[in-house]
Amino acid sequence: MDRASHPQLKGAALEKAPTGIAGLDEITGGGLPRGRPTLICGSAGCGKTLFGMEFLVRGATEFGEPGVFIAFEETAHELGQNVRSLGFDLEKLIAKNKIAVDYVHIERSEIAETGDFDLEGLFVRLNMAIDAVGAKRVVLDTIETLFGGFSNTLILRSELKRLFRWLKDKGVTAIITGERGDGRLTRQGIEEYVSDCVILLDHRVTEQLSTRRLRVVKYRGTTHGTNEYPFLIDENGISVLPVTSLALNHPASAERIPSGVPGLDAMLGGDGFYRGSSILISGTAGTGKTSLAAHFAHATCARGERCLYLAFEESPAQLARNMRSIGVDIEPWLKKGLLRIEASRPSLHGLEMHLARVHKQVAEFDPKVVIVDPISNLVTAGSELDTQAMLLRLIDFLKGHGITAMFVNLTSGGGSWEKTDIGVSSLIDTWILLRDIELGGERNRGLYVLKSRGMKHSNQIREFLITSKGIQLEEVYIGPEGVLTGSMRAAQEAREKAADIERRQHAERKQRELTMRRAALEAQIKALQAEFAAAEDEAKVSLAESAAREQTIESERERAAERRASTARTPAPRQTTKGKPK
Amino acid sequence: MSSKTAKSSKADKGDPEEMWDLRLYTAGQTPKSMAAIKNLKRICEQHLPGRYNIEVIDLMANPRLAKDDQIVAIPTLVRKLPDPLRRIVGDLSDEARTLVGLQLRRHQESESA
Repeated sequence: MDRASHPQLKGAALEKAPTGIAGLDEITGGGLPRGRPTLICGSAGCGKTLFGMEFLVRGATEFGEPGVFIAFEETAHELGQNVRSLGFDLEKLIAKNKIAVDYVHIERSEIAETGDFDLEGLFVRLNMAIDAVGAKRVVLDTIETLFGGFSNTLILRSELKRLFRWLKDKGVTAIITGERGDGRLTRQGIEEYVSDCVILLDHRVTEQLSTRRLRVVKYRGTTHGTNEYPFLIDENGISVLPVTSLALNHPASAERIPSGVPGLDAMLGGDGFYRGSSILISGTAGTGKTSLAAHFAHATCARGERCLYLAFEESPAQLARNMRSIGVDIEPWLKKGLLRIEASRPSLHGLEMHLARVHKQVAEFDPKVVIVDPISNLVTAGSELDTQAMLLRLIDFLKGHGITAMFVNLTSGGGSWEKTDIGVSSLIDTWILLRDIELGGERNRGLYVLKSRGMKHSNQIREFLITSKGIQLEEVYIGPEGVLTGSMRAAQEAREKAADIERRQHAERKQRELTMRRAALEAQIKALQAEFAAAEDEAKVSLAESAAREQTIESERERAAERRASTARTPAPRQTTKGKPK
Repeated sequence: MSSKTAKSSKADKGDPEEMWDLRLYTAGQTPKSMAAIKNLKRICEQHLPGRYNIEVIDLMANPRLAKDDQIVAIPTLVRKLPDPLRRIVGDLSDEARTLVGLQLRRHQESESA
């Protein structure tokens, strides 16, 4: 933003006086124009006086700028009482000379006009009050009362003009309040004299629920948010809720946090949700949305992180009891202060009040996880469009703070599953759908991840069991008739188990047969080997016998030859014997 | 309230002994202030000869009194006595209205009221 505005003009930029009002300084980029008057207008009871008073009190206590309150409608005592409920000790500030209050009483019946006059008396009083405390801030509430006290509006108008000029010359940052008129910002049209900054306050009641809204109508010389911003008045004063969604620049954490249900983590790529993401759990009544949310809260606290649980349906005690029945004991976290359950009826406040409460709780409690259960109920506190806008702001706010947000949404039956009644689905990073599956005379719960940005996620429908030990996700059977759940799944499981056993037995049998066959074959081999060995032996013996026989024949022949030689003594047979190898 | 009005009507009908205590608030020596002082003296001389007392307070010198006496417009004339307290704003150039404002002329009072 800063870089976008002209850097060369930065030195000459309008100096601003911070109001200290939560959120307003963000919208106005730093506060009200310093040294200039600002007009705050609105109908009766919209918080103009409190706005002015908070501006002064915060100025005096937080910014070291004393202030003057010129009250035309209430006495200093009444003002003190009124703002005490906001935690401001006006009497103390007056006693410490940080704030001066001057009650200007104008009673028309007491005043007769007999000619030319001016408002110098008011100037004198204002000047005295400013000097008395060294005021840098002035509030005139409500200056239009003067028009009720004096009939000569010509004089009044010129005097008001002079007053605003005078305030500028004095260099005080001033707030002038005015009642809203018909078709005009103020009844007497004093906005034409205050041209630097005009803020409109509005208090609307729609369907018995009131919403306060603030709009910067005009802010000369500066950029400012132009929307209507809801604001509320509570024990800490005014807080304006700026829409931060104008800029989509949330940091994106790659850190993953478990959902508290291991089966679900497995479906989400094994690690769970991204930190700082927004998670939606939607489903019809009784599908276990709150149980799932409670698991997440439990897991968060078990990590030692703080979790804020906004319950719109159950009281903290009821929630704790119900969750104990499914094995999630949140009581220790409540005691340890890690878990805070904020239970309220959605119709207790307007949407903005709910939003503001979240803001406040987040600021006070600094949770890492916020669970809203359920968001669908918020529709009763406003229109669908308002709810959507509020949730958008809530999601943005939480994301901006790096807080993981889980929203529970009750889907009304009959509608499409993939649709939230409030139409926030596009803002959601991870959407888990719970549905009941009616099959075989039973109603069972199914869970699937409809979408999960930036992570691998399972496309399966899992059966979702709520047991006394918490949520368990089961594989579901997809048979010819579709998904099998509950007892049908159990039956299928039994069937499969039987088949499995049978298969195993069959295999064992086969194995045994094989072993036996091997044994038989081996025995056969052994017999054959023995037979062979016997044959071999026999062959060896006959070979040896024939060799021996041959030997015998040879020696016989030699002996015969010798015998022939000794009778004839011819050389011829000698040569024959000689020719034989030795 | 009604008893006071009755009392005042007695007073302005002319209790010739009753003293009128008037206080005129001004801020500096402006033409309006000067005119107011002049006009007031003239009216008093005319209608309350010898039984009036005028105190002129310059708020520039005594700014505290502006707050204490609830002064907004200048010049303001306050009738402190007789009761009840009356305030008249302006330079008193409109004599008829001044007299009504001071309740020195009764018949027009009912008209203006």
